[in-house]
Amino acid sequence: MVNTEKHATGASAIDHSMTDKTAATKSTLDKAALITRLREIVAADALLYDEEDLRPYECDALSAYCKLPMIVVLPGTIEEVQAIMRLCYQHHVPVIARGAGTGLSGGATPIGGDVVLSLAKFMSILNIDPLARTAVVQPGVRNLAISQAVAQHRLYYAPDPSSQIACTIGGNVAENSGGVHCLKYGLTVHNVRKVKIVMMDGELLTLGGDALDSSGYDLLALINGSEGMLGVVVEVTVKLIPMPDRAQVVLAAFDDVEKAGIAVGEVISAGIIPGGLEMMDKLATQAAEDFVQVGYPTDAEAILLCELDGTNEEVSEQILIVREIMKQCGATKTRTACDEAEREAFWKGRKAAFPAVGRLAPDYYCMDGTIPRKHLPYVLRRMGELSIEYDLRVANVFHAGDGNLHPLILYDANTPGELKRTEAFGGKILELCIEVGGTITGEHGVGIEKLDQMHLQFSNEELTQFHAVKHAFDPAGLLNPGKAVPTPKRCSEYRQLPAQNKNRPSQNRCEHL
Amino acid sequence: MNQNLSKQLQQQVLSAIEANQPLQIQGGSSKNFLGRAANATPLEVSGHRGIISYDPVELVITARAGTPLRKLEQILADAGQMLPFEPPHFGLNATLGGTIACGLSGPSRSFCGSARDYVLGVKLINGRGEILNFGGQVMKNVAGYDCSRLMAGAMGTLGLLLEISLKVLPRQAAEITLVNKTSLPQALETMNHWAGKSLPLNAACYDGENLYLRLSGAKTAVKSAHQLIGYKLYGNGNPFWQTVKEHQHPFFQSKLPLWRLSLPAGMADINIPGTWFIDWCGAQRWLLSDSAPELVRKQTQASGGHATLFRRGPVDCETFQLPADGIMQLHRRLKQAFDPAGIFNPGRLYAGL
Ligand SMILES: Cc1cc2nc3c(=O)[nH]c(=O)nc-3n(C[C@H](O)[C@H](O)[C@H](O)COP(=O)(O)OP(=O)(O)OC[C@H]3O[C@@H](n4cnc5c(N)ncnc54)[C@H](O)[C@@H]3O)c2cc1C
Repeated sequence: MVNTEKHATGASAIDHSMTDKTAATKSTLDKAALITRLREIVAADALLYDEEDLRPYECDALSAYCKLPMIVVLPGTIEEVQAIMRLCYQHHVPVIARGAGTGLSGGATPIGGDVVLSLAKFMSILNIDPLARTAVVQPGVRNLAISQAVAQHRLYYAPDPSSQIACTIGGNVAENSGGVHCLKYGLTVHNVRKVKIVMMDGELLTLGGDALDSSGYDLLALINGSEGMLGVVVEVTVKLIPMPDRAQVVLAAFDDVEKAGIAVGEVISAGIIPGGLEMMDKLATQAAEDFVQVGYPTDAEAILLCELDGTNEEVSEQILIVREIMKQCGATKTRTACDEAEREAFWKGRKAAFPAVGRLAPDYYCMDGTIPRKHLPYVLRRMGELSIEYDLRVANVFHAGDGNLHPLILYDANTPGELKRTEAFGGKILELCIEVGGTITGEHGVGIEKLDQMHLQFSNEELTQFHAVKHAFDPAGLLNPGKAVPTPKRCSEYRQLPAQNKNRPSQNRCEHL
Repeated sequence: MNQNLSKQLQQQVLSAIEANQPLQIQGGSSKNFLGRAANATPLEVSGHRGIISYDPVELVITARAGTPLRKLEQILADAGQMLPFEPPHFGLNATLGGTIACGLSGPSRSFCGSARDYVLGVKLINGRGEILNFGGQVMKNVAGYDCSRLMAGAMGTLGLLLEISLKVLPRQAAEITLVNKTSLPQALETMNHWAGKSLPLNAACYDGENLYLRLSGAKTAVKSAHQLIGYKLYGNGNPFWQTVKEHQHPFFQSKLPLWRLSLPAGMADINIPGTWFIDWCGAQRWLLSDSAPELVRKQTQASGGHATLFRRGPVDCETFQLPADGIMQLHRRLKQAFDPAGIFNPGRLYAGL
């Protein structure tokens, strides 16, 4: 979604070496033969192989990289998924699972010569158990659809990525997605009880269970955030939590980003864990306000949205404390949403921030690093300097409570060299996150996008350990190959690059020129 | 005394690999009773201790694995914070490393999450003698596979934990315990009924006679929840939950084997002879019974859970329930991935692993 339509141009520029090791070259069936064999498993309309039909699958929401898959298959049952996996396994064909394609790191982007396995038909909610507070859903169910389906029981599914109207629960598990409620209610990994996965060789396994834990290794923790590289998620049991009696949001405006950062720490120091605690800088606030007109103060250098939820009395008590803290930290204005409609409006601006910022330029590049909160002022200051250095504007949207930054770099892919500059700037931001003790990705995943920065965060031994984990699940290396974990070879090449070349995108990435 | 023994420990692991001499990792030895006996040379790690970083505003603490759990909890308490998963100590010498390796959580588990839920990152020595870092010191981190949460509950079979970073939370302003006399089926129903409401509920257990609910939150929230639920206030809340957590409650004073059944919370009464103590809103049930292990395991599995022979099990009996074949296969491959020579705690989790 987002800017995919705008710039999803031909993929011809992409090089096969995009992945360090393309398994595709070894496949023992050609396209025509594979289609024939797949036809024995699924109906004709569940198979796509003509170029124009494949086009929508050439990338995810990170549209700067794209490559047509060989075939897209849309199975409708677990048995069909198993049969497809077995077939591909036998013939050494790489497989990429795909949800809604809203991923922002190229996780679902084909590498060429592969089968994209879309879970789009797995759209049923199989069971809702209000007493146990769980729901069993198929992987293609949209995140928001779960909360909508259980609302009648006054329950909801807590992790709420901004893409929640579109992204699927299968994709959420694969990315261990977060949302604005994560500080208090956890990430996907904290809210999933059980998943069924199909392994590359077609075997169906259950990880986790209907109890709160299962015996042995915590494979459920491992599958969350595994970027579709360990198994295909075909069923998910999620934990539901009671809707709070009341949720109330305070909006505070600041004339200085640093003051807003301090206010975040002060709220937490007061022993309050807000349901959501988000920050937007001036550019992001203005863009959101322009886009959805929800009454954000557009003259502020930064705004904070602080949601308090719980029992009626608790919320009343905490609202007063939070407003007081905001004022003491120098807020120029505080506003409390006076009703549910206004609360939703406050959040609407935040949730629409990416597309809103997207309107400011032909393209934008969404970054995703996490830092210890105390380094926020330094990181923002450095980012301002880099913005001047690279001559590119950057807007900042920040899951402030848990230190997860989303700098959005504005660029124009049609201006020669600008994408390259953007990537270089983005790379610098990720290095900055590592420098202050943070990480290169808080919730969007590594995909193909951050392979190079993985070398900076991890040693060769650590990367080798990741490969060993991958090997334990998928010895043939056919499931979403080449993503998330770079090979040590790629690392040593990258580390040897002269500093000024470090953030240059590798030649094998496709550009829209 | 705080000291960093990483290098020495790494050296010891390397020598053990070289000599093909498996190691039995010893923290505070408080949980020696749990798991199968690992027949290997003891490796003392409790000297590797000390807080590495703790900034209460960041809600993150990083400490060496040998740090006494008591000490760590004291430091958090001094700053008005806590480990939300309320880990049981089972002895004075419990260490942070053993706590995470065993992956045990206390009464708050069903409302606040488990030990693994609060793990943010680890530093460990793998079975090749390499010192590796996974996860980190920040709340959100999806770079690479989640090898750090995988260590929780792995019983030290995948690596030697050196440092652990945990998410911590502020202590709640108010806490009370309510009590109500009721039957087992009624208790299970009631616990889960209240758990589905927006209340500051933080623990729920049943001792065979009484249902206990712990409320923990803002003063006003606790007060209004008490009014809504209406049960009697139980005066000795704190010591009570402490005895439940540490197995010092009279229920646990027995000569019979103690089973831990992990079950779907709302599951009705299970037909296994013995006496029961229900915790975690019904999701963790303690059973004193000399029924045949096969029977306990079969019944538990049929109810969608798994059973652990927690204490006083017959020798040579598996402690933990064996997973399905395909899952066991993955266990072996993961063990191979982290500890190819089988150096760490062989057999502690499962025979042959
Ligand atoms: C505007 C916008 C806002 C966003 N906001 C957030 C946010 O607030 N928080 C956040 O965390 N993310 C956010 N994202 C990123 C994205 O929405 C999430 O990563 C989401 O979980 C992806 O889900 P999907 O169904 O679109 O997966 P896809 O993009 O289709 O796939 C993502 C990865 O998951 C794998 N995968 C998908 N389905 C399965 C399956 N069934 N089994 C195994 N692997 C599978 C794919 O192979 C791929 O590696 C945002 C994206 C956009 C475009």
